[in-house]
Amino acid sequence: MGNTLLQKVWELHTVRTLPTGQTQLFIGFHLIHEVTTPQAFDTLRMRGWKVARPDRTFATADHIVPTRARTRPFLDVMAEDMLSALERNCRDFGVRFAGLDDDRQGIVHVIGPELGLTQPGMTIACGDSHTSTHGAFGAVAFGIGTSQVRDVLASQCLAIEPLKVRRIRVTGQLPPGVYAKDVALTIIQRLGVSGGVGFAYEYAGDAIERMTMDERMTICNMSIEGGARAGYVNPDQTTFDYLEGRPFAPSGEAFDRAVAWWKSMASDRDAVYDDDVAIKADELRPVVTWGVNPGQSVGVDGRVPSGREPGIDKAAVADALSYMGLEPGQPIAGMKVDVAFIGSCTNSRLSDLREAARIVKGHHIAPHVKGLVVPGSVAVSKAAEREGLDQIFRAAGFEWRGAGCSMCLGMNPDRLEGDQVCASSSNRNFKGRQGSPTGRTLLMSPAMVAAAAIAGAVTDVREIER
Amino acid sequence: MAEALRITRVEGRGLPMRGDDIDTDRIIPARFLRSVTFDGLEKYLFVDERAGSPAAVRAHGVHPFDDPHFQGASVLLVNSNFGCGSSREHAPQALQRWGIRAVVGESFSEIFFGNAAMIGLPCVKAAADDVRTLMDQVERTPQTAIHVDLTGNTVETEGFSCVVTLPSRVREALVTGAWDTTGLLLDRYGEVDKTAAALPYIRGF
Ligand code: SF4
Repeated sequence: MGNTLLQKVWELHTVRTLPTGQTQLFIGFHLIHEVTTPQAFDTLRMRGWKVARPDRTFATADHIVPTRARTRPFLDVMAEDMLSALERNCRDFGVRFAGLDDDRQGIVHVIGPELGLTQPGMTIACGDSHTSTHGAFGAVAFGIGTSQVRDVLASQCLAIEPLKVRRIRVTGQLPPGVYAKDVALTIIQRLGVSGGVGFAYEYAGDAIERMTMDERMTICNMSIEGGARAGYVNPDQTTFDYLEGRPFAPSGEAFDRAVAWWKSMASDRDAVYDDDVAIKADELRPVVTWGVNPGQSVGVDGRVPSGREPGIDKAAVADALSYMGLEPGQPIAGMKVDVAFIGSCTNSRLSDLREAARIVKGHHIAPHVKGLVVPGSVAVSKAAEREGLDQIFRAAGFEWRGAGCSMCLGMNPDRLEGDQVCASSSNRNFKGRQGSPTGRTLLMSPAMVAAAAIAGAVTDVREIER
Repeated sequence: MAEALRITRVEGRGLPMRGDDIDTDRIIPARFLRSVTFDGLEKYLFVDERAGSPAAVRAHGVHPFDDPHFQGASVLLVNSNFGCGSSREHAPQALQRWGIRAVVGESFSEIFFGNAAMIGLPCVKAAADDVRTLMDQVERTPQTAIHVDLTGNTVETEGFSCVVTLPSRVREALVTGAWDTTGLLLDRYGEVDKTAAALPYIRGF
């Protein structure tokens, strides 16, 4: 009987079983940012502790970074405080820091992979729930809270309960206009927003195997929205090709040895899973969320629930529909949007921007729509500019911004106003998530956001392309 | 390393903070919660009733935390229901950062008690009469050394001794150094190094 990647990684990183029954798990790579670390560093200072492994720790700033002008000090005093605290903490504790003047700056989950810091077989932690993104490389990666950030800083370890593994096999060919984001939203819609609690998701099947690293990252990123703390794809040639030549990836002969080890970490053919789920790629369609959690979604050609469907949580549906300003049973296509946001750690990589730009080219966004394109990192931004993508977006009426989390959450100046409706390539559509307590979010793929921006309303991207 | 986290006894001078129901809003007012750091929080301990506010001084006299006699104290003496009000961890944090290493009182609010235990600040219960005796003694002779013994469940000063209580679960955590996970994880750090050293990517492949 074989083992899954999760089991292999877990076993190699287990230091011991704690008296509490939890596993003491060594963390191979710790990513930190300005929001969830200040109090953790404070405790270290107070107790006279050092950062146990500064060599396994890397910091950047993303959540509170203004994307328009990065002039310091920031106008928002609290944001300025957070960034200066991180700068000081990194200096005092000897942690590497990619700040705003550094070409490596960007959203934590975009820069880790980009720099080759994220590698197969590692355990990875970060004080942000979308750390599951890094699982795309065959790493076991999960988000942690501030007290756990302190644990990892001081000891490079976590006290954690083991996870079960659910394999999700996606087989067949994705139809045109259907993207990794649609696969992720479909999984969450089918298994529920808490269906993954206690599990790590292993994404497998030929549709996943054909995906690029960017696409795999989009899928793994959304694992947490389905309740799974971690999600991963077994490392393969696509993974190795991506990593080769990255600044922190091994090079020369070490790279070959690394590949051999990485291969050995993939799940065995006869591995046993706690659960198995199959998804047929050919049946999928572009997905749009209509409600206030990422599981409340429907195909773009579908209708929002009437509330009379059997087994449906009537109260939750009614509440979501009234918050969103939708009539029961109305088609989702045609819902007017005020803002179009292309960005976030889910969909702000070069391939996402390319795909959105391809849709946008030759069009202009609807006059009432405010369009925002926010690359996930300085590197993505520069690469996009080299290809002229910024020009395409600008010509279409989008604003082209600097790297950061931006409108994914309301912690920086990019926010919805009032009850604006935002077509967004991000990952959360919770009430108030995008910075206005009454703001409304429709999650979809970057291509679908581009289509919505052009039409000024939710539109099937396949129609724009026609 | 968890050796250093074991808290079996606290010795030091006392600081009497008289009054029942001292709430966390008095200990650390809400406007100091926005900060990104607990650092420097001790400056705002009881800030609204301390020197700097002439009205406060007129109303309360010299505040115990300003009284030169009690500077450098590490055992806080309180009456009943200390730390009631909001759940802010900032309250025990501020006390600990000021230098308080143990609190002896008639009773504590449950949340304050839990937050304090989480950061290794023992709060032990003593009978009302014993607390009064301790407070009187410290006010008469501020340099009195107070010994709080968590294993023996006693508080002792020159010529006085009383029994104190602490739930066994909390005592266990404090005396073994397991009161927070970080302590637990740092215990036997040698094993962490061993696990790390065996990983190909740490060895450099
Ligand atoms: S882009 Fe959004 S989800 Fe991703 S790290 Fe930033 S705030 Fe979190």
